[in-house]
Amino acid sequence: MIYEEIVVGSTHELGAHTFTRDEIKRFATLYDPQRFHVDEEAAEASLLGGLCASGWHTAAVMMSLFSRHFAREIERAAASGRPSPPLGPSPGFDDLRWLKPVYPDDTITFTGRIAAKRETGSRPGWGIVSIETLGTNQAGEPVFTHTGHVFVAKAKTV
Amino acid sequence: MERADIIAFAAEFDPQPYHLDERAPPTDLTAGLSASGWHICAVFMRMLCDGFLLETACMGSPGIETLKWRRPVRPGDRLRGSSTVIETRPSKSRPDIGIVRFRHQVTNQAGDVVMWMENPVMFARRSP
Repeated sequence: MIYEEIVVGSTHELGAHTFTRDEIKRFATLYDPQRFHVDEEAAEASLLGGLCASGWHTAAVMMSLFSRHFAREIERAAASGRPSPPLGPSPGFDDLRWLKPVYPDDTITFTGRIAAKRETGSRPGWGIVSIETLGTNQAGEPVFTHTGHVFVAKAKTV
Repeated sequence: MERADIIAFAAEFDPQPYHLDERAPPTDLTAGLSASGWHICAVFMRMLCDGFLLETACMGSPGIETLKWRRPVRPGDRLRGSSTVIETRPSKSRPDIGIVRFRHQVTNQAGDVVMWMENPVMFARRSP
C-alpha cells in the first residue's frame, strides 16, 4: 500500500477485541497499577464504577488491530503485484480520548477513517496520512478515539 | 529497555517488522530494531504511577491532547520520565474534581527527548 493509493474519507474496519478480566489486570499490573485497573473492590468505589482497562491497554489493542488490518492490505497488494512496502513509523497523534471505561467482557470494535494526507518537505519519499480511529463497545457507545499520523511510502521510493 | 520486552510487546500489540527483528529491511526512516511507541507510552505510565500518581487522589484521565514520538528507542536504552504541571483548574461539571494539565517528557541516556505529550488528569478536590 502506497501513499498515492490512500483515499481521504475512506473507512477501514480494523476488527474487534473482547477484553478479559485477566488480561486487563495483567496489562495494568505491568504498566498502570492504579487501583481501578487492578483492585476490584477499590474500583467499585471509584469514579469509573468498576474494574476497567488501562486507557493505554485500549490504545495498544487498537494498534494491534490496526497493524494486523494494514498487514492484510499489504499482503493483498503484494498478491496482486502492486507495491507493498510496510507502513512507516508514526510521528505521533492528537486528540486521543478515553470516552467511557472498558470493562471486563466488553467487546470493542475499531474503525479507522482516513482524515487527511499530506506531502512532507523534509521527507520526499514519504507522505503523512492521518487516521481517525473510533472504538465502540457492544452497546454501540464510543469508548476511544484518536487521530494517529503515519508515514506512508510514496510510489517512487518502492 | 530490554530487547526481549521490546519484541514481546510488539508481537502482541504492534507487529511492525522494525519492532520485531533487527534484520527488518531498512528504509530511510527505519533501521534496526526499535520499540513500539505504545510500549514507550506504557513504560512511561508505569514511571508516572511509581513516581507519584499512586500516592495521589488521581481519578483517571479523559485523554491525551497531543503526543510526539521524536526518536527511536533501542534495546539497552535507559529512559527517564518527567512531568511538569502546566495548568490547574476546577472541573466545570464536577466541583469535587480538579483538572491538572501536564507536559510529560521521556528522555534517553544521552538526554535526547524520545517522546513528549500533553494531557489532562482528574484529581479529587479537598472538600470545601
